[in-house]
Amino acid sequence: MSTDIGAWAVPVAILGGAIRVSTPFLFVSLGEVLTERSGRINLGLEGTLVFGAMSGYAVAYLSGSAWLGVLAAALAGTLFGLLHGLICSLPKVNDIAVGISLMLLGTGLAFFFGTAFVQPVAPHLPSIPLGWWSDIPQLQAALRVNVLFLIGIVLALLLAWMLKTTRVGLILRVVGDSTDAARAMGLRPNLIRIAATATGGAFAGVGGAYLSLFYPGSWSEGISSGQGLMAVALVIFARWDPIKAFWAALLFGGAGALGPALQSVGIAKGYYLYYAAPYVLTLGVLIATSSPNRATTGAPGELSITK
Amino acid sequence: MTAALHAKTPAPGGALAVETVGMTMRFGGFTALDDVSIRIAPGTLHALLGENGAGKSTLVKCMMGFYHASSGQLMVAGREAPVADPRQAHALGLGMVYQHFTLVPSLTAAENLVISREDAPRVIDWRRETAALEEFMARMPFRVPLGQPVSALAAGEKQKLEILKQLYLGRRFLILDEPTSVLTPDEADEVLGHVKALCSAGEITVLMITHKFREVTAFADDVSVLRRGRLVGQGRVADLSHARMAAMMMGEATLPAPAARHGTPGEVVLAVEGAVAPDRSGLKEISVDDLKVRAGEIVGIAGISGNGQMEFMEMLTGQRALISGGMQVNGTPYHATRGEQRRLAIRTLPEEPLRNACAPRMSVAENIAFRSFDAKGAGGKGAPSSFWLNRRQMRKRGEALVAGFKVRTTSVDAPIAALSGGNVQRAVLARELSGDVDLLIISNPCFGLDFAAVSEIRTRIMAARNAGTAVLLMSEDLDEILELSDRVLVMSEGRIVYEVPAAEADIPTLGSHMGGHHMGGHA
Repeated sequence: MSTDIGAWAVPVAILGGAIRVSTPFLFVSLGEVLTERSGRINLGLEGTLVFGAMSGYAVAYLSGSAWLGVLAAALAGTLFGLLHGLICSLPKVNDIAVGISLMLLGTGLAFFFGTAFVQPVAPHLPSIPLGWWSDIPQLQAALRVNVLFLIGIVLALLLAWMLKTTRVGLILRVVGDSTDAARAMGLRPNLIRIAATATGGAFAGVGGAYLSLFYPGSWSEGISSGQGLMAVALVIFARWDPIKAFWAALLFGGAGALGPALQSVGIAKGYYLYYAAPYVLTLGVLIATSSPNRATTGAPGELSITK
Repeated sequence: MTAALHAKTPAPGGALAVETVGMTMRFGGFTALDDVSIRIAPGTLHALLGENGAGKSTLVKCMMGFYHASSGQLMVAGREAPVADPRQAHALGLGMVYQHFTLVPSLTAAENLVISREDAPRVIDWRRETAALEEFMARMPFRVPLGQPVSALAAGEKQKLEILKQLYLGRRFLILDEPTSVLTPDEADEVLGHVKALCSAGEITVLMITHKFREVTAFADDVSVLRRGRLVGQGRVADLSHARMAAMMMGEATLPAPAARHGTPGEVVLAVEGAVAPDRSGLKEISVDDLKVRAGEIVGIAGISGNGQMEFMEMLTGQRALISGGMQVNGTPYHATRGEQRRLAIRTLPEEPLRNACAPRMSVAENIAFRSFDAKGAGGKGAPSSFWLNRRQMRKRGEALVAGFKVRTTSVDAPIAALSGGNVQRAVLARELSGDVDLLIISNPCFGLDFAAVSEIRTRIMAARNAGTAVLLMSEDLDEILELSDRVLVMSEGRIVYEVPAAEADIPTLGSHMGGHHMGGHA
């Protein structure tokens, strides 16, 4: 089945893994970029991701259409985002605490409603064989790119363009950077933050649908390995920039693929250690980008962690 | 579209004439503004003088529609102009530049300008907008870099951008609220010079709130003086002396004579040797080679703000790590830790005490207890530490000090952030000046306080000196330095460049050293 390509198998597997694993990172972190740029942190995206995975899988199974599942996941994500945004608009509410409780609520609800869907098989999302030009099966497998990954790239570009050249984008940045300035302009910061959090939630929901409808491609309680939380760290690493968030998602995806890739060439020693690579990377990234003397550059001024 | 261009070209007529007629504002039983009529002729720079609480802010807020005056009216260009809210004021061509920047820090100057426009396009064609902005800048007497985020601009450039923003929005009457309070004197002169030029050119009319007589004399055409909500003086600046304006501002109140000075300096208490630390920008260094403060003397450090005083203060309070060199207090090494400060009886009052010396959301009593909450008794030198908090004692002490230092607060349980700037200053001074103090390090202790409070605080500092405390005083107010100090040092570009006994100090020499013209071997 496989041609022997020697040590090349590792980078090829990492590349394939990066593309496969990075998609949920990409969606969640793009959503979080949007939310944090408006001045709120939504730590609940892990819950949104898991709930999105469950609802997407359930709807795809019941309707027979994977895309309807994605839509349902986005809708569920929007509702979670909306809930977070509304609760945080109340006076004296801390967005981080609300995020954590919504994370638990999201995973809890997903497990509760999801028990019926552990067995059934839902249709998968289509992927495009971009490796047709090669006759190395490993490379062909690595370059089977899911449509959602491509949509994610387009969304990253779109988001970057929006933040730079549209009124909505500038307003979002104004609100995220200075509530006072926003008020002085006659804007309503809370409304904009609710909208940004809801949209961010939709993104995370789609990220969840990718998990259950493509890779790994089935619904189970262990479907997420903390991507929703790591994506938040990833946003800081990417300096709240959608394009950088794309590269960061690839990097994290690649790190996640390190373990399986090494295993595929027979390196089984320290196997669990390689699986920890994304988490070690998260930790390393946060330490490397921190500074005792100054606030993180590029951080929106209204974020509760940077205030 | 054309709307974009329209917003940038001042409507025909240029500068606006604005007049308040019998403006009165009552808050309940309190009359903040009493029958104030001021006419500001088109194309003039009109200064509005007054002490804190004289009603200056109330007046301009009524003009801008933030408040609705109880009676009286606003005339714009000779016509009655009811202003219900700031939007209407903007539509009339009135604009205000606030004391604190309202620019969005992470946006570039260009983005700030474009988004402030009410008709900002849905999708911004940056090439065209940049061209339009360049063209607008070319017509202005001063410019700021358009592509940089505002957070990277110096304070003077931010202030210029604030003014440019108003012009860009087509405002023809500007209210500037203490526009130079965050600027260095050079920046202030430059900005005000440009504003004045715009007035003279007939582009705008300006009403400027200020405390600084020098700026009034140098730049304003006319001046109005408010005291306790009333207009107490008005006239052409050319006809008025500083003394006359000061008399109008203060009324009959006379300043108490400076406190008497007695005793002679004793042992060296604070010795700073070769202390080096990076400055705010991280590009230059603050370097204090040799500084000694003796018991029973006040050493004043004069200098123009931004020449390293803030950083030196941070070195002394432990907020800025030293690269090399060291500090000693009473012969023992001092690293500015809390423990050392308690053992050696060192007290500090940094500038902006709310930010640098308070926990803003904790209560006044708690803030006052910061030095002593974990010590038995009043927390003096060598007091044994205590594990449990004595809430009752903290409260009692807080109440006593609040009364003693006349801190105006609803209760000692109110968060300290709710107090006015002057009262925060007093509360922190109350904390720092109580108990035995061997070394007192203070920075701008009277900033933003009214005359009565100023003399009271200076008396307390002098009393501490007379009791044998070594005092290091940093201040941007040269009069304060000269009144209090025994020795005067000048700090310029991060170094001590000049030293003179206060009795022999003369202002021109100090001034030239402050301005960076040193005769010694310093570069």
